[in-house]
Amino acid sequence: MTGEMAIIAALVLPLLICAGIWLAGRVPDLREGVTLLGAAALFVVAIIIAGHVAAGSPAELSLGEAVPGLEFAFKAEPLGALFALVASGLWIVNSFYSIGYMRGNRERNQTRFYMCFAIALLGAMGVALSANLFTLFVFYEILTLSTYPLVAHKGDANAQRGARIYLMTLLGTSIGFLLVAVIWTGALAGSLDFMPGGLLQQAEGLTPVVASALLLLFAFGVGKAALMPFHFWLPNAMVAPTPVSALLHAVAVVKAGVFTILKVAIYVFGEEILHETASREFILAVACFTIIVASLVAMTKDNLKARLAYSTVAQLAYVTCGAMLATSAGFMGGSLQIAAHAVGKITLFMCAGAIYVATGLTNISDMRGLGRRMPLVFIAFFIASLSIIGIPPLAGGWPKYELMQGAVDTGMNYVPIVLIVSSLLNIAYLLPIPILALMPPPDTPEPAPYKRPGGAPMLTVAAPCFTAILCFIMFFMVGPISDFLEPATGERVIAAMNTGGTP
Amino acid sequence: MIELISSLVPADIAAHAPALLVVGPMLLAPIAAFMPNGRLAWILSILATGFALVMAMVLVSQVRSVEGGAVLSYAMGGWAPDAGIEFRIDALNSMVLLLVSVIGFLAAIFSWPSVVAEIRDAKRAMFYAAYLVCFTGLCGVASTGDAFNLFVFLEISSIATYVLVALGASRDRRALPAAANYLLMGTIGASFFVVGVGFLYAATGTLNMAELAVRLQEMQGNKAVLAGYAFIFVGLGIKAAMFPLHQWLPNAYAYSPSFVTMFLAATATKVAIYALVRFLFTVFGLEFAFEGSTLIWILMPMGIAAMIACSFQAVFQTDVRRTLAYSSVAQVGYMLLGISIGTTAGVSAGMFHLVNHALIKGALFMALAGMVLSYQGTSLNDLKGLGRSAPWTMTAFAIGAVSLIGVPLTAGFQSKFALVNALFEHGWWWAVAVVMFSSLLAVVYMGRILEAVFFRAPSNPNKRRKEAPMLILIPLWVLAIANLWVGVQGGFVAGLAEDAAMSLFIGDVS
Repeated sequence: MTGEMAIIAALVLPLLICAGIWLAGRVPDLREGVTLLGAAALFVVAIIIAGHVAAGSPAELSLGEAVPGLEFAFKAEPLGALFALVASGLWIVNSFYSIGYMRGNRERNQTRFYMCFAIALLGAMGVALSANLFTLFVFYEILTLSTYPLVAHKGDANAQRGARIYLMTLLGTSIGFLLVAVIWTGALAGSLDFMPGGLLQQAEGLTPVVASALLLLFAFGVGKAALMPFHFWLPNAMVAPTPVSALLHAVAVVKAGVFTILKVAIYVFGEEILHETASREFILAVACFTIIVASLVAMTKDNLKARLAYSTVAQLAYVTCGAMLATSAGFMGGSLQIAAHAVGKITLFMCAGAIYVATGLTNISDMRGLGRRMPLVFIAFFIASLSIIGIPPLAGGWPKYELMQGAVDTGMNYVPIVLIVSSLLNIAYLLPIPILALMPPPDTPEPAPYKRPGGAPMLTVAAPCFTAILCFIMFFMVGPISDFLEPATGERVIAAMNTGGTP
Repeated sequence: MIELISSLVPADIAAHAPALLVVGPMLLAPIAAFMPNGRLAWILSILATGFALVMAMVLVSQVRSVEGGAVLSYAMGGWAPDAGIEFRIDALNSMVLLLVSVIGFLAAIFSWPSVVAEIRDAKRAMFYAAYLVCFTGLCGVASTGDAFNLFVFLEISSIATYVLVALGASRDRRALPAAANYLLMGTIGASFFVVGVGFLYAATGTLNMAELAVRLQEMQGNKAVLAGYAFIFVGLGIKAAMFPLHQWLPNAYAYSPSFVTMFLAATATKVAIYALVRFLFTVFGLEFAFEGSTLIWILMPMGIAAMIACSFQAVFQTDVRRTLAYSSVAQVGYMLLGISIGTTAGVSAGMFHLVNHALIKGALFMALAGMVLSYQGTSLNDLKGLGRSAPWTMTAFAIGAVSLIGVPLTAGFQSKFALVNALFEHGWWWAVAVVMFSSLLAVVYMGRILEAVFFRAPSNPNKRRKEAPMLILIPLWVLAIANLWVGVQGGFVAGLAEDAAMSLFIGDVS
């Protein structure tokens, strides 16, 4: 398959899947077959696109101009290809899980649910493969709008309130700040195309003040990156069914946000301009603040999904942090974090969902001793927690290492301290959950019996176990992954030499 | 497609297209009045507006056949301009004419079910006659090159509009005071305008707009001209619902028959804005308009005030029609802001938004008319849960709504993008903040409606609710798809708007 065709396929497949789900809506088995087959096909397409990128002949595609100057254009590059791989690959796992969860929970409107999921994947693919800011913005908004019905899925007052906050925050920040930043960039640089080394280099009259304002607009305009104070939509989105929280609010949506931040940092600003932009250090500080504060808030939450949501807020800020370090190591750390955190966090959410389907429990304090009954789920939870904390040999170790490297390179000495404190906080709020479940204190009463006869559906247990194993495998695959990413982030060795002499 | 259709028109007829466009509907209007029943009058009005649409297509293709846009001059009755009345068609007029006739044609098709429901049988033929007169007036305003003739057409359309608004009385008696209010304000506006034209005539001795433009060049600072300028500006400002002269609009929109609301919202204020632009840029010329600082000290602040104040008012309405009416005034603010930048990019963005807003509001009010038919009410409470019982109508409404908000892939996004781009290029970054803030208010007021429609349970489940009839659905979806089409492939409309803006700045030199 040529690269151009692969990009077309990546955009058309989700639409076909959506149509297929609609047509097969009355036959649930067939409908789920369409989802699974389509997800697998999309993953294959993502692999092909990544293959072209790795071979040094990235695919390009233009679908014509909306109005003169605004082109629907796509171009694969390492960062986007990685994001596409992660999103489409985990969609397969998540689809298996969704089937178990949605049927086990007897949720209503399942056809609409799966259709919106397919459209959300279209949004993620478009964001990943976009070649300019306009295309990225369009698909960013598609992602927002298509996930709104998923958040409101339950339809009760609580779900509606959460969904409204979700929509208003994401639309508000994107229209209020991101769109302004996009148009302003276009007016300054005369183009919206992503460019290695930074689009803004060709902007005449770019003063440091303007660049600072622009960077602020981008950083806070991408509400999906959940930088404080625009993080509150994420805990509110937890009213959605767990598969949505797992794939969208741990992988596709939030990663589209931090991916945009990285992409803007690398391809719009570029290292050089970023270093001259004063607001960079402010945003870096905000990211560090977010990491610590969100972790502290997570400790206070007894609801499992809420705790995981605040943990996600903190972990997303790692990526922003990496982007704002503006060194190759920082970019590399941010990119690796996108993949590593995705695999880890989706595992945690899927475990939470499995527990909910089997027992109806949502509060951590009720889960003591539950591990005796659901050992596999809690072991998967344990492994994924270790990965999030960043303990080798699990995937989450690498990004932290790279980020610390980047921080030291640029002399931001407080950043490594923040990262270490964050890891300690992670231990404090994540590890007690599986440990108390697997090894309860002797006087713990027997946990409540299963709500659903037979416990968690098989699929909802198998999926998190699979992704937990993936956490292991990814640790050993970091070599090829970082080789793959290097063209985008810049070569780290040279960067280290350049800055090596300065304290 | 426009080229294809216009190539089918015989050359003899095409040569007289500027006149026929206006004369055709005008002659058919009295015939419609004497039709024995409403249905025949309806068919006649479809024919009349369809004919006008073809003529408008001919004009557009004639204007676009020359690089940079031709200027067609047509001497009415063979009397040479200055003595006789000249119809003068350039890129700007032809765009407005195409817009008015497209909307007029779709409105005529769509009107029947809603007229049957809201107008008594005996009055239907007269209703269609009034509609055709109104349509004629709007087309006349957009084609004429004579200042006084423009006043005549403005009054023709306005008087017909008063009748149309008042006909809403059979549904809601409040239509009568609304029509009276509109009559009063409209007459004041028209009087201001004609007084202004009188001043200009006294000062220059001509009523032909092209000739006026030449003579006014040498009369900078003349007090009579200044007075005329002020009168014309205020007069057209009232007609265009420029903030704070917009008070007549919300009630007129809220209580007229659904069909009238839709047609007025999509065309009437647009044509008035066209006339305003024509006088500001062509007749008085950019220099004059800027030296008086009208653009920066009046047009721009008024536009911004409308964008904020009326968007806020829209948020607090409980009747959806009033929400949309206030939103219209706010959207007029966007256009005025674009025009007030005074650059090609700015005026082009303003014109682009003018076309797109007609498509947006046309679709929204058509969908509302469908709701009135199926539910007899347009309060927010009545619309709850309609998304389930009338999915086709409400999906089209939702497309219009997201386009109004300015979500990507819709028409509204493209023109807002163009506007913000023009603002940045001109360095008015603070105005960008206002545009974005106003867009967020649009998210709030349209979001409330969409949420009620799609996510709330019906407040009175026993009441009969059904999909709008086909005659409404088809034109409604034409407009909804047009919104998406401009959002994805907006090159054609953007090109029209840009040519229109260019023609203003070239015309300024001559």
